[in-house]
Amino acid sequence: MSDKIIKKEDLERFIKALQQDYEVYAPVKEGDYYRFQLLKGDETVDLNFSNTQLSPKSLLFPQSERMFEFNLDETKEEAHILKEAPKEFPPSVIFGIRPCDAKALRLMNVNFDNPEFQDPWWVKRRDSTAFIGLGCNEPRSTCFCTSVGGGPFHEEGLDILLFDLGDLYLAKALTDKGERLLEQGGVSEDADADTKKKADALKQEAEDKITSHVPTDKLKDKEALKLFDAPFWDEVAFACINCGTCTFVCPTCWCFDIQDEVQKTQGDRIRNWDSCMFPLFTLHASGHNPRSEKVQRVRQRFMHKLKYYVDKYDNGVACVGCGRCVNSCPVNIDIREVFRLMNEL
Amino acid sequence: MNNNPYLPCPARIEEIITETDDYNIKSFKLIFLNKEDEQQFHYRSGQFCEISIAGKGEIPIGIASSATEKGFLLFTVNKTGVVTKYLHNMKEGDVVGVRGPLGNWFPWETMEGKNVVVIGGGFAFTTLRSSIVFMLHPENRSRFKDITVVYGARSPGLLLYKEELWEWEKRDDVNVHITVDATEDPEWRYNVGFVPTITEQKITTSEDTYALVCGPPIMIKFTQPVLEKVGFTREQIIMSLEMRMKCGIGICGRCNIGDKYVCKDGPVFSLAQLGELPSEY
Repeated sequence: MSDKIIKKEDLERFIKALQQDYEVYAPVKEGDYYRFQLLKGDETVDLNFSNTQLSPKSLLFPQSERMFEFNLDETKEEAHILKEAPKEFPPSVIFGIRPCDAKALRLMNVNFDNPEFQDPWWVKRRDSTAFIGLGCNEPRSTCFCTSVGGGPFHEEGLDILLFDLGDLYLAKALTDKGERLLEQGGVSEDADADTKKKADALKQEAEDKITSHVPTDKLKDKEALKLFDAPFWDEVAFACINCGTCTFVCPTCWCFDIQDEVQKTQGDRIRNWDSCMFPLFTLHASGHNPRSEKVQRVRQRFMHKLKYYVDKYDNGVACVGCGRCVNSCPVNIDIREVFRLMNEL
Repeated sequence: MNNNPYLPCPARIEEIITETDDYNIKSFKLIFLNKEDEQQFHYRSGQFCEISIAGKGEIPIGIASSATEKGFLLFTVNKTGVVTKYLHNMKEGDVVGVRGPLGNWFPWETMEGKNVVVIGGGFAFTTLRSSIVFMLHPENRSRFKDITVVYGARSPGLLLYKEELWEWEKRDDVNVHITVDATEDPEWRYNVGFVPTITEQKITTSEDTYALVCGPPIMIKFTQPVLEKVGFTREQIIMSLEMRMKCGIGICGRCNIGDKYVCKDGPVFSLAQLGELPSEY
C-alpha cells in the first residue's frame, strides 16, 4: 500500500475529481455544528472540526428508511402485497470521517451482517461506500478512543487515512479501494521518508494528548448477572431524564423500529431509529413491560455496550470513545464513570 | 425465505375459527399465494412467524400448526393490540404476509426417546398444540415414550382447540388432563383446578422426562416448584418466552434478555438457560 501526498491547495481538486465517479459526503459547517453532507456544488468542505455533532452512521443506516411499499386498493391485483421500495446505491465516498466513527461502523457491522441474516440495505450501502478518514491532531478532552481499541489515527474500517501535516496531507492508502481512489483523484506524488516520519510523530503526539482513559480489562471476565445486579445502577440512572440523546448521537447505537405509514391507498413500511431509553421500546401489547423503570433502561444501554456486546461478539466494547454522549447528555451522565464502576465492581 | 429477510411472503386467509366464547381468540389458517414460498418454508414446532398486515404492521405469533400438516399454516391470535385487533376483523380470502419461520424450536433431538410432559395454560397453547400434533403423527409417535398433556383455562369456553382436545382425550397413546379453574357446567367431565394443582396430581415422575411449559407468568411461577418437587432439573423444564419484537431476526435490538435475543436465540429456553440471564422479561 502506498503513502501519497495531497497538497492543501490541491484538496479541492481531489474532491472534485472524486465527484466525477462518486457521491461525496464531507463535513460542512452548519451554525455551530458540523454535519456530513452530500456535496452538490456550493457546499464548503470544512475540515476545522473536532468532530461532527452526529456520526455519519446515517449514511449507512438512515434515521428513517423506506423498506417496502404497498397498495391497499382492492381493485389492484397486488393489493396488500409488500414490494421492496426502489432504491439506488450509487458508489459513494465518505470524506473526512474520524477514525472513531469508522471503527463504530465496523462494530455495527456484526449486527447487520451476521452469518444467519444480512440486512440488505446495510450491506449494499457498505459495499458501495469508500471511507476516507481524517486523523485527529487535536483530540477533545472527552475523547477516550485509545482506551477502547482505537486511536486518533486508527485505521480500522478506512480505505484511506489522511494525516494533516500543516500545508499538506499524507494520504495513506489502506486498501485496494483506497489505492484506486487516490488514482481516480489524480493523486500521484509519493510521500518521502521525512513526511512519513512527520506523520508518525503526529500520530504519537495526538495519542499523547488524550488525557481521558477508562479501564476495560476486567469487563469480559465479569459475570453478567453480577454486573446486572450491581448496586450502582440507581445512582447512575438517578439524573437521567430519558431524553434519548445519548442513543441518538452514539455512533454505535443501531436499534430501530418498524412502522407502516399510509396515505389514501398508498403505503410504506418504514424503519426509524429507536432508543432503548424509551419505555415504549419494550412495551408489550398486553401492557407488560420488562423495562418499565428508568433504571432498567439506563442499565440496559450500558450493559449492552460494555458487557452483552463484549460477550456476544468477542469484539471489544461497543463504544469507540468519541465522547459525544458525554458532551451531549443534559444531566452529565458520563459513560467513562460507568466504565470504571463496571470494570472495578 | 427470500433474499430480503424483512420481506413478508403474501398469504391468503383460508379459514377463520373463533376459538373461545369471549371471541377474543381466533385461529387463522393461512395459505401462501406463491407455491415457492410454501416449498421453502420448513419449520419445527416451537418456532414463530411475523404476521404482516400492510398498513398496520407486524406481530410475532407462534406457529400453531405442525410441519406434519401440509398445505397451510395455523396461527392462533389473541386480540390485544393494533395489528391483532385489525386481524380479528379481517375475513376469509383477505391477504396478509408471513415472515419466517423465525427463532428456535423445542429441543426435539434431545427429547427423542424420552417421555414428554406438555403443560399449558390459557392461550399459550399454540406451539404446544403444534408439538402435540407433531408427536402424535404416526411417523413420529414411536420416537417418544409416554406423552402427557396438562392443559387448563379459566373456564371451558376459554380452552383452545376443543374438538382436538376431546379427540386426544379418547386416545390411548397420549394422557390428556384437561382442566378449568372453575365451571358451573354440570356436564363438565374433566378436571377442575388450577394447572399447578392438576400437574401435582398427574405428574409423579421426572425420570427420563422433559416438560414443555407455556402459560401466564402466574401459572409458570406455581408449576415450577411442583415439577421440581418430583425431581425435574432446570435442564428438563423447557419454556417459550414472549417479547415485544420488530425485526424477528436479531437485528433491531429490542427483545434482548442479557446478550440473548428472544427472537433469534429463543423463544425456547430451558429454565437452566434462563437462570444464566438477567430476570428482565
